[in-house]
Amino acid sequence: MNVAQLPNLLPFLPEFVLGVGAMALLLVGVSRRADTGHVVDAAAIVLLAVAGVVIALLPAGKLITFGGSFIVDDFARFLKILALLGSAAAIAMSLDYAKHEGEQHFEYSVLIVLSTLGMLMLISAADLIALYLGLELMSLPLYVVAASHRNSLRSTEAGLKYFVLGALSSGMLLYGASLIYGFTGTVNFAGIAHAAGQGGVGLIFGIVFLFAGFCFKVSAVPFHMWTPDVYEGAPTPITAFFAAAPKVAGIAMFVRAAVMAFPGITSQWQQIVVFVAIASMALGSFAAIGQRNIKRLMAYSSIGHMGFALVGLAAGTSEGVQGVLVYVAIYITMTLGVFAVILSMRRRTGMVESIDQLAGLSRTHPTMAFFLAMLLFSMAGIPPLAGFFAKFYVFLAAIKAGLYALAVIGVVTSVIGAYYYLYIVKLMYFDEPVGKFEEMPYELRVVLAICGLFNIFFFVYPAPLVGIASAAAHSLF
Amino acid sequence: MASWPILSVVTFLPLVGALFIALLPEDEAGIRNARWTALWTTLITFITSLILVWRFDPASADFQFVEKHAWLGGNINYAMGVDGISLPFVVLTTALMPISILASWTSIQLRVRDYMIAFLVLETLMVGTFCALDLVLFYLFFEGGLIPMFLIIGVWGGPRRVYASFKFFLYTLLGSVLMLLAIMAMYWEAGTTDIASLLHHSFPLSLQKWAWFAFLASFAVKLPMWPVHTWLPDAHVEAPTAGSVILAAILLKMGGYGFLRFSLPMFPDASAQLAPLIYALSVVAIVYTSLVALMQEDMKKLIAYSSVAHMGFVTMGIFAVTAQGVAGGIFQMVSHGIVSAALFLCVGIVYDRMHTREIAAYGGLVNRMPLYAFVFMVFTLANVGLPGTSGFVGEFLSLIGTFRVNTWVATLATIGTILSAAYALWLYRKIIFGKLEKPNLFNIKDIGLREIAIMAPLVILTIVFGIYPKPVLDISSASVAQLIDNYQHAVGAVRSAALAR
Repeated sequence: MNVAQLPNLLPFLPEFVLGVGAMALLLVGVSRRADTGHVVDAAAIVLLAVAGVVIALLPAGKLITFGGSFIVDDFARFLKILALLGSAAAIAMSLDYAKHEGEQHFEYSVLIVLSTLGMLMLISAADLIALYLGLELMSLPLYVVAASHRNSLRSTEAGLKYFVLGALSSGMLLYGASLIYGFTGTVNFAGIAHAAGQGGVGLIFGIVFLFAGFCFKVSAVPFHMWTPDVYEGAPTPITAFFAAAPKVAGIAMFVRAAVMAFPGITSQWQQIVVFVAIASMALGSFAAIGQRNIKRLMAYSSIGHMGFALVGLAAGTSEGVQGVLVYVAIYITMTLGVFAVILSMRRRTGMVESIDQLAGLSRTHPTMAFFLAMLLFSMAGIPPLAGFFAKFYVFLAAIKAGLYALAVIGVVTSVIGAYYYLYIVKLMYFDEPVGKFEEMPYELRVVLAICGLFNIFFFVYPAPLVGIASAAAHSLF
Repeated sequence: MASWPILSVVTFLPLVGALFIALLPEDEAGIRNARWTALWTTLITFITSLILVWRFDPASADFQFVEKHAWLGGNINYAMGVDGISLPFVVLTTALMPISILASWTSIQLRVRDYMIAFLVLETLMVGTFCALDLVLFYLFFEGGLIPMFLIIGVWGGPRRVYASFKFFLYTLLGSVLMLLAIMAMYWEAGTTDIASLLHHSFPLSLQKWAWFAFLASFAVKLPMWPVHTWLPDAHVEAPTAGSVILAAILLKMGGYGFLRFSLPMFPDASAQLAPLIYALSVVAIVYTSLVALMQEDMKKLIAYSSVAHMGFVTMGIFAVTAQGVAGGIFQMVSHGIVSAALFLCVGIVYDRMHTREIAAYGGLVNRMPLYAFVFMVFTLANVGLPGTSGFVGEFLSLIGTFRVNTWVATLATIGTILSAAYALWLYRKIIFGKLEKPNLFNIKDIGLREIAIMAPLVILTIVFGIYPKPVLDISSASVAQLIDNYQHAVGAVRSAALAR
């Protein structure tokens, strides 16, 4: 009778590091009043890097702890590292912005670290309770940072909107989770898979509500309405953060829950995902055409990208999950690279957000324009850039699973979506310049160069990422 | 066979030149060096590709100079190789590139560095398309070419360049993505995307049909076939001269090459069943677009429509699947590559001087430009298909090849050749002959040394291939024979199975 036996804490070590580190940073920030922003920011990036190293050093194989509710497999390792990368890049990209806008709050980095902690827990969650805990820990700091410009009407509006709609979606998710618990008698994914059997009306209701919550988090149609407003209203570095790491975690929970908890009734939830994917891809490509604000445009673009990623999940196979993982990894690099440019759209009078301001960029800032053009072509899925391979793998899985209609609609919407990416390229290359931007800050150059070069040269040696994603996908099945 | 990866060298050499140009400074000397680097890179690439011809064994129908490296995993490899069908196009590409660079020597003054980089990148992608022996790799090169061409039309093009470049890009992309899905379906069916093994894989008929249509969507847009040809006149009119040259001479050939490489050998039963559709579209293309060409007021537009008509002969010949038809299709593509390139260059020469392409703005040029009039005449006659020029051989072979299979189609297509004589000679008369009445033409200069250097090889090739077409036909004969053998075998097998039932 060893009641107080401590659970195996080793798999939890990265999260532990982040949690303790975030508290320490908070203490540092509070105790050192003046000029702490920079120190805390740098320390936060280091902290995220350390957590990444710890994840890489964890023993191989499947580690399970906390009575089966926390699981570390290759799938989790892959996505956790991606989430950490996204968060670290977001902090790095905010440095210059905060200096210019005079909004240097040390809490900002601490909140991002805490949110990242939530993402890591979410990615590892193997039951509905852990999933909800991770989700809320991820989301609450997001609501706060969205409203972090206290004096800006747009920022507070964005934060409030995000919070209210986020709370609504959490409610739906909880309702779905309780239905599932009611019909299967367990919250553990493996247990649900065992008890689900052939499914049933009640369980399907539960799945619908659960998936509605997921769709909200990954901003998939029809739960996407918050995205353009929050993207536009939030301070730009925050938007960059929203577009990257939380999407990774959202996709992770979507995939893990769908594949681990409902493997026997794939054909039933598949229809939901197919619908959501088609609707997101279509809306992402059509609605973005009319946008003139680049942050709103990126919001619709991200809706579309999530639709493409969900095409892989719709296949419900190991190839499909591999496609999702490759997609998410490449999506992160594309998004961060584009946001590095958006954050550099600064004139002497302040930040500009209209895409018309990019006119003639190839003349005024040739390197920036070149990388942005390559990233946009990559987003449009034109070979030989990385974005092509992202789409290639998800559609490959969809074709294997026999989802021909989904695949055809998907590629056609990708052509429609190509139009607005091309439109930006046209502005930069075909049109007359409208004047120079301020000098691009050092850290943004680094992010842009890394993301741009990754997207251009991915085709030379794609095997590592594809191989790791394949191994990660297999660990779920 | 080759101890060094010669195909990869030919493919990626231009990319190296492009990277070098990217490092040059953007000043007077940098611009001059960019031009010379581009010229030398394309010349060296051309010479390297001649080594290919020299070491190529025309008696063998197999892929030669094969290279294979692991790439994406799962039987998707980096595989390169050429056979008698692809080699002519590789050499055509490398031969026309130095000419295009020379043609842009003075006419491009804006952002010269970027222009040269775009062309060199485009060359890598075009050569790669013809050398790729893996479907995914092929698609990569095939689609990748859209990016530089989009920029070439859009940045250095005419007044309606934005419209033309978007139309070109989106049209081609829409056709190609469907082909990508077919490639994926083939991958899951056959377990590989290796072209050499897929050539011997027999796909079930239902998949063949779908995939055939998906490939048709891509190649029909690229070639282009009626009724999806409408992007071509716009793209040609707006593109700079060298852009039109490459577009007409090489990018269009990717469509015909695709039919030969994929549609016929991989989906023989579907091709046999659906050949009448191709015949119908080809005949419409030949007759209808020739009539449209008669009505044009813009020189480039007229030549663009004539390209569509000539490509009609190519599809007709290829889908006849007779030795003469296929060989004629290949020869017609090579010949059209030379002749249409030269015609666009001819337009470019007067455009550089007068800055208009309107046919009505010219007349009586023979009085001031006798050399130009001679050159233009050679290519006009080649475009018409006069015996003794390369245009004749291609058209004649495709016509007899088709005649054996379908008399009606061949007869209707022959009407097209008469129409082509009508519009080509009409164009020539309007521009070259007549009185020199327009005052701004009084001082127009005849072609200079650089322009003679551009035109001379094309004139020689047009006449040599017209009198002695054997070199091109020999290179491709073994591969064509094997292609037809396999096709007849596959179609015959299905027929006898149907009879047995």
